[in-house]
Amino acid sequence: MGLTTIALVGNPNSGKTTLFNILTKSSQYVGNWPGVTVEKKEGRLRRGSTYNTDAVIVDLPGVYSLSPYSLEEVITRDYLINNRPDVILNIVDASNLERNLYLTTQLLEIGIPVVVALNMMDMVAKNKDILNADVLSAQLGCPVAEVSAVKGIGVVEAAKLALAQAKMAPPTPIKFNNAVEYALSQIEALVKKNSNTKKSARYYAIKLFERDKKIISNFSFSGIVRDKIEHIVKVCEAELDDDGESIITNQRYECITEIACTSLKKGHREVTMSDRIDSIATNKWLALPIFVLIMFVVYYVSIGSLGGFLTEWTSNTLFGTWLSGGVSGLLEAFEVAAWLQSLILDGIIGGVGAVLGFVPQMMILFFFLSVLEDCGYMARVAFIMDRIFKIFGLSGKSFIPLLISTGCGVPGIMASRTIESENERKMTVMVATFVPCSAKLPVIALITGSLFSKSAWWIAPSVYFLGIFAVALSGIILKKTHLFDNDTSPFIMELPKYQIPSLKSVMVHIWERSRAFIIKAGTVIFLACGIIWFLSSYGWDLKEAGQDGSMLADIGRMISPVFAPVGFGDWRAAVATLTGIAAKENVVGSLAVLLGHSADSSEMLFESVAGMFTPISAYAFLAFNMLCAPCIAAIAAIHREMVTIKWTLITISYQTLLAYAVSFLIYQLGSVIFLGAPVSIGTFTAILVLAFMLWLALRPDKRAQRVGIKL
Amino acid sequence: MASLHKVPIGKTVTVTKILGSGAIKRRIMDMGITKGTPVTIRKAAPLGDPLKISVRGYELSIRKADAKNILVE
Repeated sequence: MGLTTIALVGNPNSGKTTLFNILTKSSQYVGNWPGVTVEKKEGRLRRGSTYNTDAVIVDLPGVYSLSPYSLEEVITRDYLINNRPDVILNIVDASNLERNLYLTTQLLEIGIPVVVALNMMDMVAKNKDILNADVLSAQLGCPVAEVSAVKGIGVVEAAKLALAQAKMAPPTPIKFNNAVEYALSQIEALVKKNSNTKKSARYYAIKLFERDKKIISNFSFSGIVRDKIEHIVKVCEAELDDDGESIITNQRYECITEIACTSLKKGHREVTMSDRIDSIATNKWLALPIFVLIMFVVYYVSIGSLGGFLTEWTSNTLFGTWLSGGVSGLLEAFEVAAWLQSLILDGIIGGVGAVLGFVPQMMILFFFLSVLEDCGYMARVAFIMDRIFKIFGLSGKSFIPLLISTGCGVPGIMASRTIESENERKMTVMVATFVPCSAKLPVIALITGSLFSKSAWWIAPSVYFLGIFAVALSGIILKKTHLFDNDTSPFIMELPKYQIPSLKSVMVHIWERSRAFIIKAGTVIFLACGIIWFLSSYGWDLKEAGQDGSMLADIGRMISPVFAPVGFGDWRAAVATLTGIAAKENVVGSLAVLLGHSADSSEMLFESVAGMFTPISAYAFLAFNMLCAPCIAAIAAIHREMVTIKWTLITISYQTLLAYAVSFLIYQLGSVIFLGAPVSIGTFTAILVLAFMLWLALRPDKRAQRVGIKL
Repeated sequence: MASLHKVPIGKTVTVTKILGSGAIKRRIMDMGITKGTPVTIRKAAPLGDPLKISVRGYELSIRKADAKNILVE
């Protein structure tokens, strides 16, 4: 006999992942579903004397329903129908019985054995409710096991029950009222007669009754059969005065209300701890101050104090001195060729080290984020901030990614994964790197020091405002484009009860998030660093060359005319911008090398840089480097979240285009206004560009008219 | 009949009809807001939107724009 496959299905926040981690322990595999960002987790059932069967556990995305409207739901139902696991282990949050059973009623009709794992029974007891698992099992027509995922109680028994049930016949689905049952039986007969679908016929009948477009397109029915089905549905709709989809949903909840009535005895509900916390955390006056305080602490510890220290230590001491020094000594001892030494030390350790330097900072951030997420506060952040972010086509959940991006864009982009709406997630990924990250600070310092007097304290803050402005402008412009006009998913979010996060789950989160980043650093970034090192160390004749004789320098000279209209046609500025793609702090290093300084001689470097620019062109240069395509590590992160090459290209092209437009405006208009430069064709072009951008931002939003509401 | 977004905070009402179609309607109903279900408006977010409501024993955040589709009495 082959492997038994157990599919883990349940609502978000039902304790599914905790259960999965207990059942699989160490041997799990995390990957993406083909073509989408939703993670696919698979693990071997932990072997022990308790099981005598080998089994694979597949952790499906947390879903509320099997509707065709969200990615996670489509993935879940397609997996169940097409891959046909041997048994479904359905995790049900017993303290939220009705909504959780809604999914159960849908799982029961697929034609695969189902076992319900009743989680969080302790919460039921706390609410002074009494839930009778045996009565529930009898009513659902499938085995029910009580578990406590957090404490690990009953989990092994539930898995055993599932393994035993895998060999049994599938359950009898929940029955709806007579009119609906009559219609469904007719459709089911038509499906069986006119297609070779033998399994899951009731599931398909219900989907056809709901007029589920994704399912209808699976069948190649003749026109007559189609008409027959449509007629059956219409008759039933007329009788019950509702549309097919709503009839089914209503029927399910009516059955559930009945089941809950008999199996669950509601006690007198008291004000819980969770209620008390929430009355403070989302209080009209206290919510925002508390939120600011928490964010300040998270930011200060992970990016400012502890995180900043660790990053510096990792980049400078660990990679810079110890590893670099150790490897350099080794290479010299073995008399390795000079070019190879340079590749390993400058290219690989220098480049990958700069990226890996952010790992400790990220892990601290992820620690805080996991704690905030697991305890339930993150949903409240979204609740509090949604009103503001909605204006820019973002969601309340976009705040966290943007905050993290002030430290490093890579974890910022990765944090966008918690945003359910695909549009808002993509939008967040597109704008996250506009916020100046810590690697951009040296560039700001260089330009400020070189071209602006010490009294110009406002330069650095203005760059942050520029970033926030770019986020807001992009949100307003992009949400009206056709790229984002397919979103119809409403912002309806569960506000889970507050709970104390489990250390284990927090650790698993940190590890999973960091791992993805480290793997990227070891592959894509590793390769990119090697290539950039090669281009900047060799000439076209493949002989070693200084920075100004290298292939990269030639490429810089070739593209520098492109930058002339935005104020930095100097090829050295162009090359510096290019090397910024490896890591933004490279802009400073490259300028220093190209201008013939060591990076330490800042006063002289300032003078040389001052000679290259006017204050206006310097600010345009700064603006371009802040907003354009981010470093290779961030591009890799964008690609990971966007999945398709198309969306990755759209993102970095949009960012570069916006950067070019903004610096063009700054240079052309700024030179005329502040430096008294003569009005030229460039000035008029700039006015046209400005007008075009204003039009993009101010034109009416077709979507807003559809779902709009005056507030 | 009134829309849910106009119901005063603290009041419990019963759902009579869900307007709209497709994803929005289905999502609202999937979360348990169906005909005949009691819904309590718990509070509004500090900036006025979204709303926090409780339904079927749990809590939900819903934008006023979406709540407009829910008719109650």
